[in-house]
Amino acid sequence: MYRIVEKRELASRVKLIKVSAPEIARKAKPGQFVILRVNHVGERFPLTLADWNAEGGTITLVFLEVGVSTRKLGELNVGDSILDVVGPLGNPTEVKYYGSVCVVGGGVGVAAAYPVAKALKEVGNKVTSIIGARTDALLIFEDEMEKCSDALYVSTDDGTKGYKGFVSDVLRSLLSEGHSFDMIYTVGPAVMMRAVAEVTRPHKIKTIASLNPLMVDGMGMCGACRVSVGGKTMFVCVDGPDFDAHEVDFAELIRRQMAFSSEEKMALNLWEASKRAV
Amino acid sequence: MSNRDRWDRFKAVPMPKQPPYERIRNFNEVALGYSEEQAIMEAERCLQCANPQCVTGCPVEIDIPGFIKLLREGRFREAIMKIKEKNSLPAVCGRVCPQEDQCQKNCTLGKRGDPVQIGRLERFLADWERKHGVELPERMSSTGMRVAVVGSGPAGLTAAGELVKLGHEVVVFEALHEPGGVLTYGIPEFRLPKSIVQAEIDYIKRLGVTIKTDSLIGRLYTIEELMNDEGFDAVFIGTGAGPPTFMGIPGENLCGIYSANEFLIRVNLMKSFLFPKWDTPIKVGDKVAVIGAGNVAMDASRCALRLGAREVHVIYRRTRAEMPARREEVENAEEEGVIFDFLTLPVAYYGDERGWVRKMECIKMRLSEPDESGRRRPIPVEDSNFTMDFDTVIVAIGRRPNPLIQQTTPGLKVAKDGTIIVDENMRTSFEGVYAGGDIVTGEATVISAMGSGKKAAKAIHIYLMNKKWVK
Repeated sequence: MYRIVEKRELASRVKLIKVSAPEIARKAKPGQFVILRVNHVGERFPLTLADWNAEGGTITLVFLEVGVSTRKLGELNVGDSILDVVGPLGNPTEVKYYGSVCVVGGGVGVAAAYPVAKALKEVGNKVTSIIGARTDALLIFEDEMEKCSDALYVSTDDGTKGYKGFVSDVLRSLLSEGHSFDMIYTVGPAVMMRAVAEVTRPHKIKTIASLNPLMVDGMGMCGACRVSVGGKTMFVCVDGPDFDAHEVDFAELIRRQMAFSSEEKMALNLWEASKRAV
Repeated sequence: MSNRDRWDRFKAVPMPKQPPYERIRNFNEVALGYSEEQAIMEAERCLQCANPQCVTGCPVEIDIPGFIKLLREGRFREAIMKIKEKNSLPAVCGRVCPQEDQCQKNCTLGKRGDPVQIGRLERFLADWERKHGVELPERMSSTGMRVAVVGSGPAGLTAAGELVKLGHEVVVFEALHEPGGVLTYGIPEFRLPKSIVQAEIDYIKRLGVTIKTDSLIGRLYTIEELMNDEGFDAVFIGTGAGPPTFMGIPGENLCGIYSANEFLIRVNLMKSFLFPKWDTPIKVGDKVAVIGAGNVAMDASRCALRLGAREVHVIYRRTRAEMPARREEVENAEEEGVIFDFLTLPVAYYGDERGWVRKMECIKMRLSEPDESGRRRPIPVEDSNFTMDFDTVIVAIGRRPNPLIQQTTPGLKVAKDGTIIVDENMRTSFEGVYAGGDIVTGEATVISAMGSGKKAAKAIHIYLMNKKWVK
């Protein structure tokens, strides 16, 4: 059992929880994730670590309530426990001195980008961050990203904050204005990461995407998370989650993310109906 | 006519089973087990050979005539204890061991009729014991030594049970949320009920073993950290088979194509047959193809039927004679309506505009003349391509060894195929570290994994008592 020791609502349906998991907190590295199971009938699902505190023995998770599992997680309060948390999983992001790097995060992906940006900064990189959300009210982790970035750009789809448009648009204009980057790291919705990859491709800038497919075991056993990278099938959970964004078949990733969407919708409807009945 | 009158030395007492039309609508166990009377009748067929060949076929050398004699005298408690001298998971082995290739293969009666149904008798005794209360064996006084067991499948559980009986402190690290390894996530409920696996695990725990779930060794702790920082004196690695193999043919990543591992994990571990009461979904179309012909393929095809598939095909590139699955499982699958397409090899999949599999292109095969080793290889028949409609495909062509420990333990000797290299005492190249089960042999049986867990436990005990690691 993994107790929740802190909980905040960052935006509508976006929650942050700190969970007591001392062993994981001691081992966690940027870019890694955990698999959770909220209760005994729960499904296993991955969340990227947004932060951790080895001394305090906690890990920080940020999630958007989209389906039954994240709704259930969002219902838990301080003092409640998550039944299972396993990790840290996946290969850590390669943190080293590149020179000038750009970290591009969107939606709840901004929280996942934060430990990577922080670590890249700590080893001496010049860090430019671009973060975005659909609208101002959904923008998260702005202060955190500000602290670990040399420059921070914000975009919202509707223009309620910062640049009106997508993070990839901001990146495109930075590049056309003559900014140069030695590495670009991106994490967020697959469509966003695809757009980032297309922006950097003609510039031939090394671009790393942290992929977020469906997973079941999360430790290399099932292959639910397989994705084509450079024409080869990879398991995101053990071969990734970071891959060369220019080699990733994003269309396939997006299709596979949707594989159970009708079941997920049905389960969510039932869940909401059961909530109304109470 | 009573059962008694039907007794025939050369004919096995049949095992009651759920009828096919009924069982394909539920996940309950198919084989129902012998009654006391049936078990005794079957046991009475045993010739009690002076030089029993059955024992030589058993990887853990159970005194088979010994337990059968006790059984037919009605001394069930003593009979099960006789088995447990050698085998700590009899309810599992009685159900999933390939007895026809092991103990029963050598049975003298088998030369003229049916061999004694040793597996069914083992199962009967284990089930009898579970009903009547399990007695714990003696545990030796504490040695003060601590052993870490990595993986809680058949190899790990066996090693843990043996080591704790010898007085060592044992902690089992399991990466998933439930212990049991393949017994839990792989073998379906209708072949091995999870309540039985749970009872076997409870027994190991009552012996004094600690099981830590949600603990992936290699990530949470490395083997070196277990030895150096976490205070373990020895480690047993039983991490088993891991990543599923795919064929690498076009379209294999379409939606609706599962590895057998994913399919079975969803069904067995995550209980997706109870979706949406349980949260993990599964999607099974009307027409399902299962690629491969081993036990896992049989399990997957029979799960697919139970999940509502109208037509399930097993696609195999060789013929019935070469199928690696147990005959009993093939028969069960056929009774339930699984269709077998032999000498057929998938070469590509085609999907719809949303990326879901719709068609499978295959090529016909033929078998070559036997080569020097006597094997007949499958050879593609030119221009024999054809397509079949499928909306779900389950790829059950095998798995590779779990790679994580090998990758995170520098100096650990690993074979080309990814398995861990051990000597005749299950010792790895790393002092104090032993390995057994599928991680050493590649995919094999539950009982062979148990046999190696047991062998390793013996060797670990000797090492801990002498603290000598002779190269």
